[in-house]
Amino acid sequence: MDLHISRRTEVLLVVFILFSLLYGSRGEIPPKPTGGVTIVPPVKPDGPQAFPDAEKANLPVFTMDYPRIQIPFEITLWVLLASFAKIGFHVYHKITIWVPESCLLISIGLIVGGIMHSVHEEPPAVLSSNVFFLYMLPPIVLDSGYFMPTRPFFENIGTVLWFAVVGTLWNSIGIGMSLFAICQIEAFEVQDINLQENLLFASIISAVDPVAVLSVFEDVSVNEQLYIVVFGECLFNDAVTVVLYNMFNFVAEMPVVEPVDVFLGVARFFVVGLGGMGFGILFGFVAAFTTRFTSRVREIEPLFIFMYSYLAYLVAELFAISSIMAIVTCALTMKYYVEENVSQRSCTTIRHVVKMLGSISETLIFFFLGVVTITTEHEWNWGYILFTLLFAFIWRGLGVLVLTQIINPFRTIPFHLKDQFGLAYGGLRGAISFALVFTLPDNIGRKQLFVTATIAIILFTVFLQGISIRPLIEYINVRRTNRNLDTINVEVHCRLMEHTIAGIEDLCGQWSHFYWKDKFMKFNNRILRRILIRDNRAESSIVALYKKLELQNAMEILDTYETFIKNSGKPKKKFLASDLKSMHDILSKNMYKIRQRTVAYTNKHALPNDSQTKEILIRRHTSIRRSLRPGSFQSSVVPKSHKYFSLPAGKSLESKFPPTRLSYTDDQETMSEVAYPSRRSRFHQPGRSSSRAMMPLQRLDTLKEAPSVDVLDESTGERGRMGHGMSRTNSSSSNARIPAPRRQFPPSVDHDSSSADNFRNGHHEATAEEEEQQQQQQPSSPTPAWAAETQDNTAQNPLLRRPQWNPKRK
Amino acid sequence: MGSSNSSVNNIPNAQELMQETGFSAAHILRLHERFEFLDKHKCGQLRPQDFGAVQELALNPIGDSIISAFFSPGQETVDFASFVRILAHFRPTDRNQSRDGAQQEPANSSIRKLKFAFQMYDQDRDGKISRAELLQVLRAMLGIQVTEEQLQSIAERAIQEADLDRDDAISFDEFRKSLEKVDIDHKMSIRFLR
Repeated sequence: MDLHISRRTEVLLVVFILFSLLYGSRGEIPPKPTGGVTIVPPVKPDGPQAFPDAEKANLPVFTMDYPRIQIPFEITLWVLLASFAKIGFHVYHKITIWVPESCLLISIGLIVGGIMHSVHEEPPAVLSSNVFFLYMLPPIVLDSGYFMPTRPFFENIGTVLWFAVVGTLWNSIGIGMSLFAICQIEAFEVQDINLQENLLFASIISAVDPVAVLSVFEDVSVNEQLYIVVFGECLFNDAVTVVLYNMFNFVAEMPVVEPVDVFLGVARFFVVGLGGMGFGILFGFVAAFTTRFTSRVREIEPLFIFMYSYLAYLVAELFAISSIMAIVTCALTMKYYVEENVSQRSCTTIRHVVKMLGSISETLIFFFLGVVTITTEHEWNWGYILFTLLFAFIWRGLGVLVLTQIINPFRTIPFHLKDQFGLAYGGLRGAISFALVFTLPDNIGRKQLFVTATIAIILFTVFLQGISIRPLIEYINVRRTNRNLDTINVEVHCRLMEHTIAGIEDLCGQWSHFYWKDKFMKFNNRILRRILIRDNRAESSIVALYKKLELQNAMEILDTYETFIKNSGKPKKKFLASDLKSMHDILSKNMYKIRQRTVAYTNKHALPNDSQTKEILIRRHTSIRRSLRPGSFQSSVVPKSHKYFSLPAGKSLESKFPPTRLSYTDDQETMSEVAYPSRRSRFHQPGRSSSRAMMPLQRLDTLKEAPSVDVLDESTGERGRMGHGMSRTNSSSSNARIPAPRRQFPPSVDHDSSSADNFRNGHHEATAEEEEQQQQQQPSSPTPAWAAETQDNTAQNPLLRRPQWNPKRK
Repeated sequence: MGSSNSSVNNIPNAQELMQETGFSAAHILRLHERFEFLDKHKCGQLRPQDFGAVQELALNPIGDSIISAFFSPGQETVDFASFVRILAHFRPTDRNQSRDGAQQEPANSSIRKLKFAFQMYDQDRDGKISRAELLQVLRAMLGIQVTEEQLQSIAERAIQEADLDRDDAISFDEFRKSLEKVDIDHKMSIRFLR
């Protein structure tokens, strides 16, 4: 282990030295005006002279032309260096737990800046206003917008907007005013900063960047609401900040401010905000519409996403309205429809690339921050800067407090003090503030002071608050819920109750916004989806088939493993304290958190992780299968009324939108019913049903390459594949026993009825499971009503019978 | 959507339901809207797959148990009245509830809430949580990394702690006793159903 660590350290060290050398040395290569260094080779003995020229210039064998590639080369090196830094962090796991990534990136930037400073090298002058706003900001915002969990977001949109807009305004104006008051004090020598400039500065530093906070929250406390609010606030307050910044910028250059200007400012705010959203939605729809026709050009599908969102951004910039809102709204709108239209691969590609670009941009910005900190000249003013820090802190805290008090009554789940603390303390500043201040116009007298102050506040918040927020929150949490005193019972039952409540809440649906949401959904159903979503998806069935195979593999492994383990003896009766502790540990680490899928979204630095939802679904399916198994250890106790209700028969993941597909669905249902005689048990127990899981059949479409609507889709798609567990019981069964021919699919997978095939194959597998069951002790309970609904008899559609399905096949 | 059922009077037995469950008219109305939304086939009754259509519920580890709790044994459908009655369990308890002796226990009392939670375990409704039932729920709630041995130990410990009469199962009273320190009203209430 030690050896391991030391080896890694060596590697790291080598990498760093390499790069610093590179930079150091690069500075010494003077840019040549032309051609480059020519190294004259040894004289060629008899080369025929083409031109008799005055001076004999030989053919250069080895030339070097640095200026030509200088810019792309440097950019690439910077990006690489930043990425290496990222790799470096993850070498030591413990670091990333305690220190947020932003800290680490800035530190690396500082180091590199130090190196550059010592060799008197200038940082690349690439961080100009244009470069930042046109190239570096869009990926970050696109990343945030694309991975925003839509449903919780819209449910909390009131709160989010409230905090983002009003909160930022509160902060800016508060800090601005207080700083202006401070400026009046002669001792600090900052009297030349007028109100506008103060407000401008304040608006820059009120942009909150909760990246670090999110990663801390994820580990420490589960509070879905807080996540969403923080996430959304970050996004929107970027937009608000930029708007304010532009506004104050404009105002700062005006000699006199009149009341009508204030009024115009407010009006402009609305224009900018709503206009941005409008553009975003427009481009989103156009993108969605385009992807409807891209089924033949799968390779360039991801391109459309990026181009359209970037276009939205640029067009919004053209009209000087909020480009951030535009790109975020575009991403939100687009995502929903596009992910249904594009292929699975394209979907994955899009996600990966969005994440990658966002990561790079963010990394680069923090990196530059570190470098610039060292290499620029600072103007330090103790009074101003310290008061800035103080006020930023105070106003943020006050703001959160006051705003929460006002909005709590309107929320279905109010924020407690603990949450408020998290919100307030988690107000770290980051990339946006830095970029904004760096790109301030030069005619602001005290620009250097502002730059220094902003860097100071960023470093302070990121390092101090970022590192300390974790222990603080843990402390608060631990104080409230004294875990170790809980018995195992209490812990398990409490979590069960939480799940129950979450389930019932989901069942009730969202209360207050229900009306609008329903209206929108209907509109969506009737009009939007018809236009924007491509219907025909038959071609990707083969891929779905293979996916199903993989999944089955996984499940089988799970099955054998668990069956094996269960036979390992009875647990001991006496439990030591250490056993208890480990049990508590197991429980706290492994119990599913409620509404896991939202949590899956909110780690900003990683792609959404839906493995837990998959686990849940696999688990459910496995327990169904297990309950069928001969001699299952739950044998006599599987409650006869334990039904498994996954997606209802004939419904799909788009079950919210029944109309267009309902008829198609019914057909599928029929076919599936009909396709196989359902109970092939040799024990001929007619009508025996509900004791086993009667997972209704999944609608076929989702068996196809299920493009993910959101992360749910993949899981529901898989669930679908698994969900064709048991078929209905109506037909009398033949005695054929089908030994697990799971992997064998009838050769006649014909593609015209590819969907039908899928379904049948699914069934194939399903009934194979039934095969394994033996006699079960429970008396047959009446068939659940929903089985009865698919009462179509096999006679109807003999074509769907599969005579070649040979039961003898092994 | 709002056109058809704009008044609570269109809902059958609305008054009785309100009386029985304590829901306000507005809530009954909303629940009815939700009921109709879930009832895709418009037959006035909900079936298990209508419940299953709620995606979040399907992704809930104990989703199946929750759904089956709505259906009394032998029943295959749920009508609106039963729907409301069960949801009434989750109303936050009224603080200063004064009940005269004649009134039966309100739907949202702690006991009722506990009973619902008990039902999540006790699928076969025999009044006891057997070891197997406990294991089943534990398995559903725990991630894949937990080995079977660990699960068995945890279940064993849980039964040891709670089972006072040594019958290797947890009865409702034992269940209640083990949770006496927990604020059931808080944990098992849905605020917006107040």
